[in-house]
Amino acid sequence: MTKLGQWLCGLALLGSAWAALALAPPGLQPPAPLRQALLPLPVYLLVAFGCYSLATVGYRLATFNDCEEAAAELQEHIKAARADLRRRGVAP
Amino acid sequence: MAARGPERVSVLLPTYNERDNLPLVVWLLARTFNDSGIDFEIIIIDDGSPDGTQEIAQQLEKIYGSDKIVKRGKLFLFPSGTAYIHGMKYASGNFIVIMDADLSHHVRLDFMYCGKQKEGNFDIVSGTRYKGNGGVYGWDLKRKLISRGANFLTQVLLRPGASDLTGSFRLYRKEVLQKLMEKCVSKGYVFQMEMIVRARQLGYTIGEVPISFVDRVYGESKLGGNEIVSFLKGLLTLFATT
Repeated sequence: MTKLGQWLCGLALLGSAWAALALAPPGLQPPAPLRQALLPLPVYLLVAFGCYSLATVGYRLATFNDCEEAAAELQEHIKAARADLRRRGVAP
Repeated sequence: MAARGPERVSVLLPTYNERDNLPLVVWLLARTFNDSGIDFEIIIIDDGSPDGTQEIAQQLEKIYGSDKIVKRGKLFLFPSGTAYIHGMKYASGNFIVIMDADLSHHVRLDFMYCGKQKEGNFDIVSGTRYKGNGGVYGWDLKRKLISRGANFLTQVLLRPGASDLTGSFRLYRKEVLQKLMEKCVSKGYVFQMEMIVRARQLGYTIGEVPISFVDRVYGESKLGGNEIVSFLKGLLTLFATT
């Protein structure tokens, strides 16, 4: 199954479970406090996911390594390479 | 497990206007391989560069020998991916390395090959900028943000099991790369992503090695609106089709 397919199945499952419980006809309703928590749940989850995304990307951005040593090392290597290549007759 | 013959690493280097960087990359590769005693060859696939890249490649061939430098050129139309297919035909190694020829991939091949691949007998070793002491040099905050944001989106949508999907510094077993090239259809950044996703699907093992991406020692790196849009389109296509 494609990722899209997995998402659609997951959403359909959760969606129908939520709809069954939250939007049930009066006879089959779960107790009032549960219903109150259940109704806005999708929105809460969306907001929670949004916050998680921001926090994760922010954290990863802050901890993104700056490879100073690698860059410096590369410059060294380039110097050595150039010198050697010149000796061998390649003109970079 | 297939019997191990003598092992050789083929490096595929697609080039376009890399007259300045090519000799440096080749020199660094040759030194790395010679120091670690790994048998190698470098396959330069040039896309008809007007700046003299081919002449430089010829000079390098004279210096290093034509068993070490294999030069093929003149492909027209250069969607990312066809260079590899073309280059692979000439590869005599049983491991293939794909990397950029513009010095952005700091050459640590001995680490990738002798280190990681041997350690876990992986089918693919992927260089990652996002884990361990991997990272970048020369990126401003905006570029880093886009990179991390795009990677986050990719992780959420594709759950690929690898931390860096758009990186293009990788080591593949030759038969694995051949199999993947048959199956992959995208271009550009997305091609690199598709390779990993398909590899996962086919059950190949992927090891990761932190790499440093040193952005464009010469020249400027490009990430415009166009790239972002095509990345998103590609990501959604992969999401819907794999």
